[in-house]
Amino acid sequence: MAGLGGRMSTVFKAKISKLLDRAEDPSETLDYGYQKQVELLQNVKKGIADVVTSKKRLQMQSSKLEQQVVKLDTQARQAVSQGREDLARAAIERKTVAQTELQSLDVQIQELENQQEQLTLNEKKLRTKIETFRTKKEVIKAQYSAAEAQVKISEAANGVGEEMADLGLAIQRAEDKTEQMRARAGAVEELEEAGTFDDLTQLGAGQDDIDRELAQLGAGAQVDDELSKMKAELGTGGGESPQLGGGGKEGV
Amino acid sequence: MIVRVAGEGQFRLPDRDVERLNELDNRAVSAAEQGDETGFRELWSQMLELVAIDGEVLDGEELLESDVILPPRDISFGEAQGEFTGEGLIPD
Repeated sequence: MAGLGGRMSTVFKAKISKLLDRAEDPSETLDYGYQKQVELLQNVKKGIADVVTSKKRLQMQSSKLEQQVVKLDTQARQAVSQGREDLARAAIERKTVAQTELQSLDVQIQELENQQEQLTLNEKKLRTKIETFRTKKEVIKAQYSAAEAQVKISEAANGVGEEMADLGLAIQRAEDKTEQMRARAGAVEELEEAGTFDDLTQLGAGQDDIDRELAQLGAGAQVDDELSKMKAELGTGGGESPQLGGGGKEGV
Repeated sequence: MIVRVAGEGQFRLPDRDVERLNELDNRAVSAAEQGDETGFRELWSQMLELVAIDGEVLDGEELLESDVILPPRDISFGEAQGEFTGEGLIPD
């Protein structure tokens, strides 16, 4: 367990065992140890609160992506009715990317939800352990000689320290995961923003980096399918469709 | 033996399981070293299963250090290749 043990000990565990070496009087060590544990518990609580905040941001990103999907769909339809297959294709490609991202985002948000529950549960367990430590330290103070007490204290404090280290690591993992997800979802949002879809007329198929990138994502077959479906629905080249007025902004 | 599954808590595992866990651990190491992800996943879930089935959950009333700390359940193969090396999680 070299790898994991080593990493964990750098978090909370080290802090606790270090302070144990410092004081000479066991009863002083005990009180200080307990006080420190209570302090660190606050960090844990704050860590969990941060995970919740990140999750909320992720949920916001998810609803933004949802709006994008709707918007791109509308734009694709407008492009089809204007006979601009190239634009419609580009919009559908982007929509496909956004949809795929949205699906995985929703799965991950659910996962994060479960993790958050587990973290809260473990925080409760940690609180119980700290409480146990508090009771135990009074027993140790009353019953043991200094030398014996030192051993007992170490055992008990390490037990609490490990629990804290573990929870700290779990919080860190949840945070890292959330950050990764946010970065990915953000990249997809940027794709859409960089695509200047506010002005449909400015974009031709395959004329910017994003289009090439999108094409590489292999959404081709699905795009073809969806495009022909849209054409069938709208009737290709139907002259009745509303004009995009050059810009197309107001149509969105 | 006291085993912790990172993020999930501590378990008391009967002595008879120690050898079995160690064997799975060693095989997981060689799978990880050979880049055999499927093999590793299989062994990893067997390790977790062993702990879940035979292990007795420790509650908050006991302040004990673990003899072995297993990594988080959802460990990626890349991370696992960093953890499952040499003598594995359980030194021989």
